Amino acid sequence: MSEPASVDEVAEAMYQQVKAAQGQKKLKPGDLTKMMIELFGDRVDKKLCKKAIRKLIESERCVYTYFGGSFIELPHKEGAEN
Amino acid sequence: MAELPETPLLDELEKGPWPSFVKEIKVAARHKEACRDLLGQLERSYREKIGHWKHGGIVGVLGYGGGVIGRYSDLPEDFPAISHFHTLRVNQPSGWFYTSEVLRKLCDMWEEHGSGLTNMHGSTGDIILLGTSTPELEPTFKGLTDLGFDLGGSGSDVRTPSCCVGPARCEWACYDTLKLTYDLTMSYQDELHRPMFPYKWKFKMAGCPNDCVASIARADMSIIGTWKDDIQQNDEEVKKYAEAGLDIQRDVVENCPGRCMSWDGEKLTIDNRFCRRCMHCINVMPKALAPGKERGATILIGSKAPIVEGALLSSVFIPFMNPDDPEEVAELKEIVEEIWDVWSEEGKNRERVGEFIQRVGMGNFLEAIGMEPVPEMVAHPRENPYVFYALDEEEEEDEDEDE
Repeated sequence: MSEPASVDEVAEAMYQQVKAAQGQKKLKPGDLTKMMIELFGDRVDKKLCKKAIRKLIESERCVYTYFGGSFIELPHKEGAEN
Repeated sequence: MAELPETPLLDELEKGPWPSFVKEIKVAARHKEACRDLLGQLERSYREKIGHWKHGGIVGVLGYGGGVIGRYSDLPEDFPAISHFHTLRVNQPSGWFYTSEVLRKLCDMWEEHGSGLTNMHGSTGDIILLGTSTPELEPTFKGLTDLGFDLGGSGSDVRTPSCCVGPARCEWACYDTLKLTYDLTMSYQDELHRPMFPYKWKFKMAGCPNDCVASIARADMSIIGTWKDDIQQNDEEVKKYAEAGLDIQRDVVENCPGRCMSWDGEKLTIDNRFCRRCMHCINVMPKALAPGKERGATILIGSKAPIVEGALLSSVFIPFMNPDDPEEVAELKEIVEEIWDVWSEEGKNRERVGEFIQRVGMGNFLEAIGMEPVPEMVAHPRENPYVFYALDEEEEEDEDEDE
Protein backbone atom coordinates (compact mmCIF):
# COMPACT_ATOMS: atom_id res chain seq x y z
CA MET A 1 0.00 0.00 0.00
CA SER A 2 1.28 3.48 -0.80
CA GLU A 3 2.41 5.98 1.78
CA PRO A 4 -0.56 7.97 3.21
CA ALA A 5 -0.73 11.59 2.10
CA SER A 6 -0.03 14.26 4.69
CA VAL A 7 -2.72 16.64 5.95
CA ASP A 8 -0.76 19.58 4.51
CA GLU A 9 -0.51 17.94 1.12
CA VAL A 10 -4.24 17.26 0.97
CA ALA A 11 -5.10 20.72 2.31
CA GLU A 12 -3.00 22.30 -0.44
CA ALA A 13 -4.67 20.15 -3.11
CA MET A 14 -8.07 21.13 -1.74
CA TYR A 15 -7.09 24.78 -1.76
CA GLN A 16 -6.12 24.53 -5.42
CA GLN A 17 -9.50 22.97 -6.26
CA VAL A 18 -11.38 25.69 -4.37
CA LYS A 19 -9.29 28.37 -6.06
CA ALA A 20 -9.93 26.91 -9.51
CA ALA A 21 -13.66 26.68 -8.87
CA GLN A 22 -14.02 30.14 -7.30
CA GLY A 23 -16.71 32.17 -9.03
CA GLN A 24 -17.76 29.22 -11.18
CA LYS A 25 -18.87 26.43 -8.89
CA LYS A 26 -19.44 26.26 -5.18
CA LEU A 27 -17.82 23.21 -3.63
CA LYS A 28 -19.17 21.39 -0.59
CA PRO A 29 -16.89 19.59 1.85
CA GLY A 30 -18.23 16.32 0.44
CA ASP A 31 -17.27 17.37 -3.10
CA LEU A 32 -13.73 18.12 -1.95
CA THR A 33 -13.48 14.79 -0.19
CA LYS A 34 -14.58 12.94 -3.33
CA MET A 35 -12.07 14.95 -5.41
CA MET A 36 -9.24 14.07 -3.05
CA ILE A 37 -10.10 10.38 -3.08
CA GLU A 38 -10.03 10.52 -6.86
CA LEU A 39 -6.75 12.43 -6.87
CA PHE A 40 -4.85 10.57 -4.16
CA GLY A 41 -6.50 7.15 -4.39
CA ASP A 42 -5.85 4.96 -1.35
CA ARG A 43 -3.39 7.51 0.06
CA VAL A 44 -6.31 9.39 1.63
CA ASP A 45 -9.47 8.51 3.49
CA LYS A 46 -12.45 10.53 4.70
CA LYS A 47 -10.90 11.14 8.12
CA LEU A 48 -7.77 12.63 6.60
CA CYS A 49 -9.89 14.82 4.32
CA LYS A 50 -11.80 16.09 7.36
CA LYS A 51 -8.53 17.06 9.01
CA ALA A 52 -7.38 18.79 5.84
CA ILE A 53 -10.62 20.82 5.65
CA ARG A 54 -10.21 21.81 9.26
CA LYS A 55 -6.67 22.93 8.55
CA LEU A 56 -7.81 24.97 5.54
CA ILE A 57 -10.47 26.74 7.56
CA GLU A 58 -8.41 27.32 10.68
CA SER A 59 -5.53 28.70 8.63
CA GLU A 60 -8.10 31.15 7.15
CA ARG A 61 -7.09 30.22 3.60
CA CYS A 62 -10.70 29.18 3.04
CA VAL A 63 -14.00 30.02 4.68
CA TYR A 64 -17.36 28.36 5.06
CA THR A 65 -20.18 30.11 3.23
CA TYR A 66 -23.91 29.55 3.19
CA PHE A 67 -26.13 29.79 0.12
CA GLY A 68 -29.00 27.43 0.81
CA GLY A 69 -26.40 24.85 1.85
CA SER A 70 -22.86 25.12 3.23
CA PHE A 71 -19.88 25.52 0.92
CA ILE A 72 -16.13 26.11 1.15
CA GLU A 73 -14.77 29.13 -0.71
CA LEU A 74 -11.85 31.52 -0.73
CA PRO A 75 -12.33 34.50 1.57
CA HIS A 76 -13.88 37.38 -0.36
CA LYS A 77 -15.88 40.51 0.27
CA GLU A 78 -19.41 39.43 0.89
CA GLY A 79 -21.67 40.31 -2.06
CA ALA A 80 -24.63 40.95 0.21
CA GLU A 81 -22.51 43.38 2.16
CA ASN A 82 -22.16 45.72 -0.85
CA MET B 1 -34.15 59.65 24.93
CA ALA B 2 -33.99 58.94 21.19
CA GLU B 3 -37.10 59.52 19.13
CA LEU B 4 -38.72 56.45 17.59
CA PRO B 5 -39.71 56.31 13.92
CA GLU B 6 -43.37 56.57 13.00
CA THR B 7 -44.74 53.02 12.71
CA PRO B 8 -48.52 53.11 12.24
CA LEU B 9 -48.69 49.61 10.75
CA LEU B 10 -46.48 48.01 13.39
CA ASP B 11 -48.46 49.80 16.10
CA GLU B 12 -51.45 47.68 15.11
CA LEU B 13 -49.50 44.63 16.29
CA GLU B 14 -49.32 46.06 19.78
CA LYS B 15 -53.09 46.03 20.16
CA GLY B 16 -54.95 43.13 21.73
CA PRO B 17 -54.19 40.99 24.75
CA TRP B 18 -51.10 39.22 23.42
CA PRO B 19 -47.43 39.99 23.99
CA SER B 20 -45.97 41.94 21.09
CA PHE B 21 -42.49 41.80 19.62
CA VAL B 22 -43.07 45.38 18.43
CA LYS B 23 -43.43 46.56 22.02
CA GLU B 24 -40.18 44.85 22.97
CA ILE B 25 -38.27 46.28 19.99
CA LYS B 26 -39.57 49.74 20.92
CA VAL B 27 -38.24 49.33 24.46
CA ALA B 28 -34.82 48.38 23.08
CA ALA B 29 -35.00 51.19 20.48
CA ARG B 30 -34.88 53.81 23.25
CA HIS B 31 -31.18 53.09 23.67
CA LYS B 32 -30.16 51.09 20.56
CA GLU B 33 -29.89 52.71 17.16
CA ALA B 34 -30.02 49.29 15.47
CA CYS B 35 -33.45 48.67 16.99
CA ARG B 36 -34.71 52.06 15.77
CA ASP B 37 -33.56 51.21 12.24
CA LEU B 38 -35.09 47.76 12.60
CA LEU B 39 -38.48 49.34 13.37
CA GLY B 40 -38.04 51.67 10.39
CA GLN B 41 -37.17 48.89 7.97
CA LEU B 42 -39.91 46.61 9.25
CA GLU B 43 -42.53 49.34 8.90
CA ARG B 44 -41.33 49.93 5.36
CA SER B 45 -41.55 46.18 4.60
CA TYR B 46 -45.14 46.15 5.86
CA ARG B 47 -45.97 49.20 3.78
CA GLU B 48 -44.32 47.92 0.59
CA LYS B 49 -45.24 44.27 1.22
CA ILE B 50 -41.68 43.20 0.52
CA GLY B 51 -38.87 41.86 2.71
CA HIS B 52 -35.69 43.89 2.85
CA TRP B 53 -33.27 41.29 4.17
CA LYS B 54 -30.49 39.56 2.28
CA HIS B 55 -29.49 36.25 3.77
CA GLY B 56 -26.44 34.01 3.74
CA GLY B 57 -22.88 34.45 2.55
CA ILE B 58 -19.72 34.46 4.60
CA VAL B 59 -20.16 35.02 8.24
CA GLY B 60 -18.91 32.98 11.06
CA VAL B 61 -16.31 32.81 13.72
CA LEU B 62 -12.88 31.40 13.14
CA GLY B 63 -12.95 27.64 12.56
CA TYR B 64 -16.74 27.34 12.66
CA GLY B 65 -19.04 26.88 9.70
CA GLY B 66 -22.26 27.07 11.66
CA GLY B 67 -23.94 29.09 14.36
CA VAL B 68 -23.98 32.45 12.60
CA ILE B 69 -26.65 33.30 10.04
CA GLY B 70 -25.61 36.20 7.86
CA ARG B 71 -28.23 38.86 7.38
CA TYR B 72 -27.86 42.19 5.58
CA SER B 73 -30.28 45.00 4.87
CA ASP B 74 -30.86 45.81 1.20
CA LEU B 75 -31.48 49.42 2.27
CA PRO B 76 -28.17 50.16 4.03
CA GLU B 77 -28.26 53.88 3.12
CA ASP B 78 -31.66 54.33 4.74
CA PHE B 79 -31.01 52.06 7.72
CA PRO B 80 -27.23 52.06 8.31
CA ALA B 81 -27.37 50.63 11.82
CA ILE B 82 -28.79 47.36 10.47
CA SER B 83 -26.74 47.13 7.29
CA HIS B 84 -25.36 44.00 9.01
CA PHE B 85 -27.83 42.33 11.32
CA HIS B 86 -26.50 38.80 11.79
CA THR B 87 -28.21 36.17 13.89
CA LEU B 88 -26.34 33.87 16.26
CA ARG B 89 -27.62 30.49 17.32
CA VAL B 90 -26.37 29.56 20.75
CA ASN B 91 -26.44 25.97 21.95
CA GLN B 92 -29.04 25.87 24.70
CA PRO B 93 -28.67 23.75 27.81
CA SER B 94 -30.61 20.46 27.56
CA GLY B 95 -34.22 21.04 28.58
CA TRP B 96 -33.66 24.82 28.70
CA PHE B 97 -32.60 24.97 32.33
CA TYR B 98 -30.75 28.16 33.33
CA THR B 99 -29.95 30.12 36.42
CA SER B 100 -31.31 33.67 36.40
CA GLU B 101 -27.72 34.82 37.02
CA VAL B 102 -26.45 33.33 33.75
CA LEU B 103 -29.40 34.74 31.82
CA ARG B 104 -28.63 38.23 33.14
CA LYS B 105 -24.98 37.86 32.15
CA LEU B 106 -25.96 36.58 28.71
CA CYS B 107 -28.27 39.57 28.17
CA ASP B 108 -25.60 42.02 29.40
CA MET B 109 -23.05 40.51 27.04
CA TRP B 110 -25.52 40.76 24.15
CA GLU B 111 -26.40 44.38 24.98
CA GLU B 112 -22.69 45.13 24.73
CA HIS B 113 -22.01 43.37 21.43
CA GLY B 114 -25.35 43.27 19.62
CA SER B 115 -28.85 44.66 19.42
CA GLY B 116 -29.89 43.22 22.77
CA LEU B 117 -32.82 41.46 21.08
CA THR B 118 -33.20 37.75 21.74
CA ASN B 119 -35.58 34.98 20.82
CA MET B 120 -35.92 32.52 23.66
CA HIS B 121 -36.02 30.07 22.03
CA GLY B 122 -35.99 29.57 18.27
CA SER B 123 -37.84 26.69 16.68
CA THR B 124 -34.47 24.92 16.58
CA GLY B 125 -34.36 25.09 20.37
CA ASP B 126 -31.32 27.36 20.41
CA ILE B 127 -31.02 30.69 22.18
CA ILE B 128 -31.28 33.16 19.30
CA LEU B 129 -29.33 36.40 19.48
CA LEU B 130 -30.76 38.74 16.87
CA GLY B 131 -28.67 41.37 15.19
CA THR B 132 -25.01 42.19 15.26
CA SER B 133 -22.36 43.37 12.82
CA THR B 134 -19.52 41.34 11.31
CA PRO B 135 -16.77 42.98 13.45
CA GLU B 136 -18.73 42.13 16.62
CA LEU B 137 -18.98 38.39 15.85
CA GLU B 138 -15.67 37.31 17.38
CA PRO B 139 -16.12 39.47 20.53
CA THR B 140 -19.63 38.03 20.95
CA PHE B 141 -18.29 34.50 20.57
CA LYS B 142 -15.65 35.21 23.20
CA GLY B 143 -18.33 36.63 25.48
CA LEU B 144 -20.38 33.49 25.01
CA THR B 145 -17.53 31.09 25.66
CA ASP B 146 -16.53 33.06 28.77
CA LEU B 147 -20.04 32.34 30.06
CA GLY B 148 -19.72 28.66 29.20
CA PHE B 149 -21.88 28.74 26.06
CA ASP B 150 -21.03 27.60 22.56
CA LEU B 151 -22.57 28.31 19.17
CA GLY B 152 -25.19 25.94 17.85
CA GLY B 153 -25.63 24.48 14.40
CA SER B 154 -26.67 26.06 11.11
CA GLY B 155 -26.16 25.22 7.46
CA SER B 156 -25.43 21.68 6.33
CA ASP B 157 -24.35 20.37 9.70
CA VAL B 158 -25.71 18.61 12.75
CA ARG B 159 -28.16 21.11 14.17
CA THR B 160 -28.11 21.71 17.89
CA PRO B 161 -29.65 18.56 19.39
CA SER B 162 -32.72 19.41 21.47
CA CYS B 163 -34.97 17.59 23.88
CA CYS B 164 -38.00 17.93 26.12
CA VAL B 165 -37.52 18.52 29.86
CA GLY B 166 -37.60 14.76 30.29
CA PRO B 167 -37.21 13.18 33.73
CA ALA B 168 -36.12 16.53 35.17
CA ARG B 169 -39.77 17.57 35.42
CA CYS B 170 -41.91 14.93 33.77
CA GLU B 171 -43.00 11.62 35.29
CA TRP B 172 -43.82 10.23 31.85
CA ALA B 173 -40.29 10.40 30.54
CA CYS B 174 -39.35 6.92 29.38
CA TYR B 175 -35.63 7.71 29.25
CA ASP B 176 -33.21 10.44 30.23
CA THR B 177 -33.61 12.82 27.30
CA LEU B 178 -31.27 15.41 28.80
CA LYS B 179 -28.44 12.94 29.21
CA LEU B 180 -28.74 11.60 25.67
CA THR B 181 -28.92 15.13 24.26
CA TYR B 182 -25.79 16.13 26.12
CA ASP B 183 -24.04 12.93 25.02
CA LEU B 184 -24.89 13.43 21.33
CA THR B 185 -23.99 17.13 21.48
CA MET B 186 -20.56 16.38 22.92
CA SER B 187 -19.92 13.38 20.68
CA TYR B 188 -20.69 15.28 17.50
CA GLN B 189 -18.99 18.64 18.10
CA ASP B 190 -17.07 18.35 14.85
CA GLU B 191 -20.22 17.62 12.84
CA LEU B 192 -22.07 20.42 14.68
CA HIS B 193 -19.54 23.15 13.96
CA ARG B 194 -18.15 22.07 10.60
CA PRO B 195 -20.79 21.53 7.91
CA MET B 196 -19.99 18.34 6.03
CA PHE B 197 -23.33 16.90 4.92
CA PRO B 198 -25.56 17.35 1.85
CA TYR B 199 -27.95 19.30 4.10
CA LYS B 200 -28.97 19.71 7.73
CA TRP B 201 -29.30 16.82 10.19
CA LYS B 202 -31.48 17.13 13.30
CA PHE B 203 -31.65 14.95 16.39
CA LYS B 204 -34.62 15.55 18.67
CA MET B 205 -35.21 13.65 21.87
CA ALA B 206 -38.75 13.29 23.25
CA GLY B 207 -39.25 11.46 26.53
CA CYS B 208 -42.66 9.99 25.71
CA PRO B 209 -45.04 9.69 22.75
CA ASN B 210 -46.55 13.12 23.56
CA ASP B 211 -43.44 14.27 21.71
CA CYS B 212 -43.28 17.76 23.22
CA VAL B 213 -40.38 18.70 20.92
CA ALA B 214 -42.37 17.64 17.82
CA SER B 215 -39.51 15.39 16.80
CA ILE B 216 -41.68 13.20 14.59
CA ALA B 217 -42.40 16.19 12.35
CA ARG B 218 -38.99 17.87 12.27
CA ALA B 219 -36.07 15.64 13.14
CA ASP B 220 -34.06 13.55 10.74
CA MET B 221 -33.65 11.21 13.69
CA SER B 222 -36.49 11.28 16.21
CA ILE B 223 -35.82 9.46 19.48
CA ILE B 224 -39.19 9.08 21.16
CA GLY B 225 -39.72 7.45 24.55
CA THR B 226 -42.06 4.48 24.75
CA TRP B 227 -42.69 1.34 26.83
CA LYS B 228 -42.95 -2.35 26.12
CA ASP B 229 -45.19 -3.65 28.88
CA ASP B 230 -48.70 -2.66 30.02
CA ILE B 231 -49.94 0.81 30.94
CA GLN B 232 -49.77 1.21 34.71
CA GLN B 233 -53.29 1.48 36.04
CA ASN B 234 -54.67 2.61 39.40
CA ASP B 235 -58.34 1.57 39.54
CA GLU B 236 -59.11 3.67 42.61
CA GLU B 237 -57.95 6.81 40.83
CA VAL B 238 -59.93 5.86 37.71
CA LYS B 239 -63.06 5.73 39.88
CA LYS B 240 -62.25 9.13 41.38
CA TYR B 241 -62.08 10.63 37.89
CA ALA B 242 -65.51 9.14 37.10
CA GLU B 243 -66.95 10.42 40.40
CA ALA B 244 -65.53 13.87 39.68
CA GLY B 245 -67.56 13.98 36.46
CA LEU B 246 -65.19 12.71 33.77
CA ASP B 247 -67.13 10.85 31.10
CA ILE B 248 -64.69 7.97 30.72
CA GLN B 249 -66.67 6.28 27.95
CA ARG B 250 -66.90 9.41 25.81
CA ASP B 251 -63.63 11.19 26.63
CA VAL B 252 -61.29 8.25 27.05
CA VAL B 253 -62.59 4.96 25.62
CA GLU B 254 -64.13 6.39 22.46
CA ASN B 255 -61.06 8.48 21.73
CA CYS B 256 -58.69 5.51 21.87
CA PRO B 257 -57.29 5.04 18.34
CA GLY B 258 -56.54 1.37 19.03
CA ARG B 259 -60.02 0.70 20.46
CA CYS B 260 -58.26 -1.22 23.17
CA MET B 261 -60.30 -0.02 26.16
CA SER B 262 -63.67 -0.71 27.67
CA TRP B 263 -65.49 0.88 30.62
CA ASP B 264 -68.37 -0.81 32.39
CA GLY B 265 -69.12 2.10 34.69
CA GLU B 266 -66.97 0.56 37.43
CA LYS B 267 -63.77 -0.68 35.88
CA LEU B 268 -61.58 0.35 33.00
CA THR B 269 -60.16 -2.60 31.08
CA ILE B 270 -57.23 -2.14 28.69
CA ASP B 271 -56.21 -4.73 26.14
CA ASN B 272 -52.59 -3.61 25.99
CA ARG B 273 -51.84 -5.73 22.91
CA PHE B 274 -53.68 -3.13 20.85
CA CYS B 275 -52.37 -0.02 22.58
CA ARG B 276 -50.77 2.37 20.07
CA ARG B 277 -48.93 4.39 22.72
CA CYS B 278 -50.85 7.52 21.75
CA MET B 279 -50.86 8.78 25.38
CA HIS B 280 -54.45 10.09 25.12
CA CYS B 281 -55.83 8.10 28.07
CA ILE B 282 -52.77 8.91 30.17
CA ASN B 283 -53.08 12.61 29.37
CA VAL B 284 -56.75 12.64 30.36
CA MET B 285 -56.29 10.67 33.59
CA PRO B 286 -52.70 11.36 34.69
CA LYS B 287 -53.31 10.25 38.28
CA ALA B 288 -54.84 6.95 37.22
CA LEU B 289 -52.71 5.84 34.29
CA ALA B 290 -49.00 5.98 33.49
CA PRO B 291 -46.62 4.55 30.91
CA GLY B 292 -45.45 1.01 31.65
CA LYS B 293 -42.35 0.13 33.63
CA GLU B 294 -40.25 -1.40 30.84
CA ARG B 295 -39.28 1.89 29.26
CA GLY B 296 -37.02 2.86 26.38
CA ALA B 297 -37.33 4.61 23.05
CA THR B 298 -38.30 4.09 19.45
CA ILE B 299 -35.93 5.56 16.88
CA LEU B 300 -37.58 7.04 13.84
CA ILE B 301 -35.96 8.46 10.76
CA GLY B 302 -36.61 10.92 7.98
CA SER B 303 -38.95 13.73 8.96
CA LYS B 304 -38.63 17.29 7.80
CA ALA B 305 -40.61 20.50 7.62
CA PRO B 306 -41.73 21.69 4.18
CA ILE B 307 -38.68 23.61 2.95
CA VAL B 308 -37.38 22.80 -0.56
CA GLU B 309 -39.71 19.77 -0.82
CA GLY B 310 -42.89 18.85 1.06
CA ALA B 311 -43.16 17.81 4.69
CA LEU B 312 -42.35 14.29 5.81
CA LEU B 313 -43.10 12.53 9.09
CA SER B 314 -40.48 10.15 10.37
CA SER B 315 -41.10 6.42 10.33
CA VAL B 316 -39.94 3.64 12.63
CA PHE B 317 -36.33 2.64 12.16
CA ILE B 318 -35.35 0.93 15.42
CA PRO B 319 -38.50 -0.31 17.16
CA PHE B 320 -37.13 -0.34 20.70
CA MET B 321 -33.87 0.45 22.45
CA ASN B 322 -32.76 1.69 25.84
CA PRO B 323 -31.08 5.10 25.52
CA ASP B 324 -30.09 4.94 29.19
CA ASP B 325 -27.75 2.03 28.41
CA PRO B 326 -24.34 3.34 27.21
CA GLU B 327 -23.73 0.22 25.11
CA GLU B 328 -26.97 0.66 23.22
CA VAL B 329 -26.18 4.35 22.70
CA ALA B 330 -22.78 3.37 21.31
CA GLU B 331 -24.54 1.04 18.85
CA LEU B 332 -26.91 3.85 17.90
CA LYS B 333 -23.97 6.15 17.19
CA GLU B 334 -22.42 3.51 14.93
CA ILE B 335 -25.66 3.36 12.94
CA VAL B 336 -25.88 7.16 12.77
CA GLU B 337 -22.33 7.40 11.44
CA GLU B 338 -23.06 4.70 8.88
CA ILE B 339 -26.11 6.67 7.72
CA TRP B 340 -24.04 9.85 7.46
CA ASP B 341 -21.45 8.02 5.38
CA VAL B 342 -23.99 6.71 2.88
CA TRP B 343 -26.00 9.93 2.75
CA SER B 344 -22.87 12.10 2.34
CA GLU B 345 -21.66 9.84 -0.44
CA GLU B 346 -24.93 9.52 -2.37
CA GLY B 347 -27.13 12.42 -1.22
CA LYS B 348 -27.85 15.35 -3.51
CA ASN B 349 -27.24 18.94 -2.49
CA ARG B 350 -30.00 20.09 -0.08
CA GLU B 351 -31.47 16.60 0.15
CA ARG B 352 -32.56 15.65 3.66
CA VAL B 353 -32.09 12.05 4.69
CA GLY B 354 -35.86 11.40 4.51
CA GLU B 355 -35.93 12.56 0.90
CA PHE B 356 -32.83 10.49 0.20
CA ILE B 357 -34.58 7.39 1.59
CA GLN B 358 -37.63 8.14 -0.55
CA ARG B 359 -35.46 8.48 -3.63
CA VAL B 360 -33.37 5.33 -3.19
CA GLY B 361 -36.03 3.27 -1.41
CA MET B 362 -35.99 2.06 2.18
CA GLY B 363 -34.79 -1.42 1.15
CA ASN B 364 -31.74 -0.09 -0.65
CA PHE B 365 -31.05 2.36 2.14
CA LEU B 366 -31.12 -0.37 4.79
CA GLU B 367 -28.89 -2.55 2.69
CA ALA B 368 -26.41 0.30 2.21
CA ILE B 369 -26.13 0.93 5.93
CA GLY B 370 -26.00 -2.78 6.72
CA MET B 371 -29.25 -3.09 8.64
CA GLU B 372 -31.76 -5.89 8.45
CA PRO B 373 -35.37 -4.88 7.79
CA VAL B 374 -37.82 -5.85 10.52
CA PRO B 375 -41.63 -5.90 10.39
CA GLU B 376 -41.88 -3.16 13.01
CA MET B 377 -40.44 -0.62 10.55
CA VAL B 378 -43.74 1.12 9.92
CA ALA B 379 -44.83 4.61 9.03
CA HIS B 380 -47.82 4.48 11.40
CA PRO B 381 -48.93 2.06 14.14
CA ARG B 382 -50.81 -0.95 12.79
CA GLU B 383 -49.86 -0.10 9.23
CA ASN B 384 -48.30 -2.54 6.84
CA PRO B 385 -44.56 -2.60 7.20
CA TYR B 386 -42.29 -1.78 4.34
CA VAL B 387 -42.02 -5.09 2.49
CA PHE B 388 -38.59 -6.30 1.53
CA TYR B 389 -37.95 -9.45 -0.34
CA ALA B 390 -35.87 -10.43 -3.28
CA LEU B 391 -37.72 -11.77 -6.34
CA ASP B 392 -35.70 -14.99 -6.38
CA GLU B 393 -36.66 -15.67 -2.74
CA GLU B 394 -40.31 -15.34 -3.68
CA GLU B 395 -39.86 -17.72 -6.59
CA GLU B 396 -38.09 -20.20 -4.33
CA GLU B 397 -40.98 -20.02 -1.88
CA ASP B 398 -43.45 -20.63 -4.71
CA GLU B 399 -41.46 -23.63 -5.80
CA ASP B 400 -41.41 -24.96 -2.23
CA GLU B 401 -45.17 -24.60 -2.06
CA ASP B 402 -45.59 -26.39 -5.40
CA GLU B 403 -43.52 -29.28 -4.11
